[in-house]
Amino acid sequence: MEKFNVHVVINNWDRYWEGFINTIQVSLMALVGCFILGTIIAIFRISPVRPLNWIGTVYVEFIRNIPLLLVVFFFYLGPASLGVPLDGFVSGTLGLIVYTASFIAEAIRAGIQSVPRGQSEAARSSGLSYVQTMLYVILPQAIKIVLPAVGNQFINLVKNSSILAVVAGMDLMYFADLINSDTFLPVTVYTFVALFYLVLTVPLSFAVHYMERRFAKSS
Amino acid sequence: MNFIGAYSLTNLKFILQGFLITLEVAFVSIIFSFILGTVLGTIRYTRFPALAKVTAIIIDTIRNLPLLLIIFFIKIALPQLGINMTAFWATATGLTIFEGAMIAEIVRSGLNSIDKGQIEASRSSGLSYMQTLRHIVMPQALRRMSPPLVSQFISLLKDTSLAIIISLPELMHNVQILSGHQFDYAIPALLLAAALYFIVNYMLSLIARRLEARTY
Repeated sequence: MEKFNVHVVINNWDRYWEGFINTIQVSLMALVGCFILGTIIAIFRISPVRPLNWIGTVYVEFIRNIPLLLVVFFFYLGPASLGVPLDGFVSGTLGLIVYTASFIAEAIRAGIQSVPRGQSEAARSSGLSYVQTMLYVILPQAIKIVLPAVGNQFINLVKNSSILAVVAGMDLMYFADLINSDTFLPVTVYTFVALFYLVLTVPLSFAVHYMERRFAKSS
Repeated sequence: MNFIGAYSLTNLKFILQGFLITLEVAFVSIIFSFILGTVLGTIRYTRFPALAKVTAIIIDTIRNLPLLLIIFFIKIALPQLGINMTAFWATATGLTIFEGAMIAEIVRSGLNSIDKGQIEASRSSGLSYMQTLRHIVMPQALRRMSPPLVSQFISLLKDTSLAIIISLPELMHNVQILSGHQFDYAIPALLLAAALYFIVNYMLSLIARRLEARTY
């Protein structure tokens, strides 16, 4: 038996491609979602309002210390047990958003807190409003820390989206499983899956390295 | 939701058995990935030109792949090449390779953070390169590396849950079985699992924070 057979990829290109596109889709949707949620949590965490601060801290501390799969299962098994089942694609994406938001929130908080307090005091006393201070003074500087961190989380999202396979979420790993059960050539099937992931993650990590180096030089 | 039924003695035992497997596979993987990571990270730091380059490429490739794929490949594809492993050791091997690559980067940046002047001073006072690495650079680097290392171990403990894909009877696997048996056990079982992961990981993160405070 041939262990490595390129025809597997050619014959099953449609399924590989559908999985690949779904993986990209989930990663992009989750990126937008967790950026929005992460920003809200970060604002909660630095807010002077006690209850908001408390909610933000509990969210970050709790989510960061439990596995992604557990969060995904909350959206997959939880609603089903209450009689409103969500499919694997939706519950997987929601799980990725809720999980990754906690890391994004910490990155945004670290970015904002890296700007010396004196700057916001100076901006406020020269007449800028709180929102103006944030927009024109704090955020442009914070972005140096936030942007590479968000880039890293995007790479993690692409890799972590493989968790959809556990809940039949139609991603690359899920389709690979289907192809494998037709062909029984796992070495070939999964080597090509690896290549599909690398096509996405390697350029992304070069981009993140480039950003990190540029920002390190400019400060 | 059925908390009373879900937390019956039999079910609790079943979940805790899963958690024990989780802790076992995590413990084994932490030890092996630390050894592998230290070796790879040091090779990349020392710059034996060809070896360092090859190591760098291997580390970066592994870091850019999903861990789920690595674990699955070891259990499903390697038998085709004549390598058979139990689910436990397939998981431990996958975690060791993946987290080892992550730890290698932590080790490398830890070593890089030590001032080059110290190496020059030690070399000119007669220590060999290897002696300098062992007695001067490593001990200081290890102290600086310990906070990120502990956070990597927290990730590792969470990542053991991916072994569900090859049916290792760890915590998440048992939670899924229990919820499959009885639908209304799902949420109570998930909450209990979350509490178990949280307690261990939160303790680890407190240790990481103390180590961080000590380094400065």
